[in-house]
Amino acid sequence: MADFYTEKVMDHFRNPRNMGEIKDADGVGTVGNPQCGDIMTMYIKVKDDRIIDIKFKTFGCTAAIASTSIATEMVKGKTLDEAYKLTRDDVAKELGGLPAIKMHCSNLAADALRKAIDDYKKKRK
Amino acid sequence: MDYAATTPVDKEVIKEMLPYFDKTYGNASSIHTFGRDAFDAVEKAREQVAGIINAKPDEIIFTSGGSESDNLAIKGVAYKNKEKRGSEKNHIITCAIEHPAVLEVCKHLEKQDFNVEYIPVDKHGLINIDELENVISKDTFLITVMFANNEIGTIEPIEQIGKIAKKNNILFHTDAVQAVGKVPIDVNKQNIDLLSISSHKIYGPKGVGALYIRKGVSIAPLIHGGGHEKGFRSSTYNTPGIVGLGKACELCKARFTKDVNHMKKLRDHLIKNILKIEESYLNGHPTKRLCNNSHFRFTAIEGESLNLMLDDKGIAGSTGSACSSKKLQASHVLLGIGLKPEEAHGSLRLTLGRYSTLDEVEYVSEVLPDTVKKLRTMSPLWNK
Repeated sequence: MADFYTEKVMDHFRNPRNMGEIKDADGVGTVGNPQCGDIMTMYIKVKDDRIIDIKFKTFGCTAAIASTSIATEMVKGKTLDEAYKLTRDDVAKELGGLPAIKMHCSNLAADALRKAIDDYKKKRK
Repeated sequence: MDYAATTPVDKEVIKEMLPYFDKTYGNASSIHTFGRDAFDAVEKAREQVAGIINAKPDEIIFTSGGSESDNLAIKGVAYKNKEKRGSEKNHIITCAIEHPAVLEVCKHLEKQDFNVEYIPVDKHGLINIDELENVISKDTFLITVMFANNEIGTIEPIEQIGKIAKKNNILFHTDAVQAVGKVPIDVNKQNIDLLSISSHKIYGPKGVGALYIRKGVSIAPLIHGGGHEKGFRSSTYNTPGIVGLGKACELCKARFTKDVNHMKKLRDHLIKNILKIEESYLNGHPTKRLCNNSHFRFTAIEGESLNLMLDDKGIAGSTGSACSSKKLQASHVLLGIGLKPEEAHGSLRLTLGRYSTLDEVEYVSEVLPDTVKKLRTMSPLWNK
């Protein structure tokens, strides 16, 4: 558990990876946390059951932005099943830890991703 | 840009303090020369502090800071009242947007069978005077309302409240931590019975404060011991700190007009520049605000990210966003003036001081629009 933000968190915050929208996304997932008010949207492009492109937009704190940024990096190129298993602990660990009070931000990143995958599966049916 | 959080110690203040660490280090309560020299220094500081609020020196008690002064004033009056034989009074009136050092004390007292009324404020942060007058009852013994708000800088109608308190024979305490050195304070004209001062907000050292207690008002001590400060607050005198606070007050008084004009000029320039940003708003009162306070909100972005991005550019600000609070709750002040949590989210306080420069203001005016823009391009709530 980190007391403040790790260098890796600050790096993803300062230079977010895969930030933006995918206009013709195959799946879109938005989640929000009513307690603190962060809102995150993930866009995915899927080919042969793999995430070939992913982008995000986040309204929220440093941890929220860094969590979504690193989550996109972690699942890009992965199969949908692999990506679906991403947990908040995976995200937080990859960031070198998050302050306890900010753990819900990493949770939201994983939730947004799963919601985007669900959306893709629903649309395909 | 965060002078409301704290200030650097003025060089003249440091110079004044230094001898009291290792040369005149005597215990101000001792009878020998070393002690008496320290005692004289403490008494001189008492005069300097009294001078900034038009009080008498023997009405000033030294404390460890603003929070202790607030605690001592409110609990001290409350407990003293309870001690009075036959006193049934148990009602305190305060304001919804007080500093936690007041609000938490009031909540604490509620657990001890005191009733507390939290008067709401309008959208600018001004207390509802009619409501305050309406809730006064025969049981009310204390009104505590801040002189000026620490977040949005709104200056409350202190003289009016003082009159109401006096008319109803109720004690009036005000937390003037943010107001000292920025607003003219006269405890007699404004009918103030107790007033809290903090040293580190006025270019003095941290860990020192003062409480003005009008002559004739008695309070119960929180710290019992050797009977210092007329028994109101025992503890060996923090001579260097007290000397520093005294000098800081003297400087604030001497430089009052110069300091206020300087801060006001920079503040107005800053506000004018920042409000050019699309969907930016000023929180607080348009005119009844501290000369050093600017408080903004920007649609679709969050304050903690904004502050850390500004920090990268060497700019220190603060925010009332839930994300930056330990409780993950938006500031009670911003909610108190009627903002929604998502509006409080995008808030930024920039506060100026004696050493702020026009160059600094210009630099912030240049950096902030780009920073807001950068965060908005990341935000799913911004579609422009």
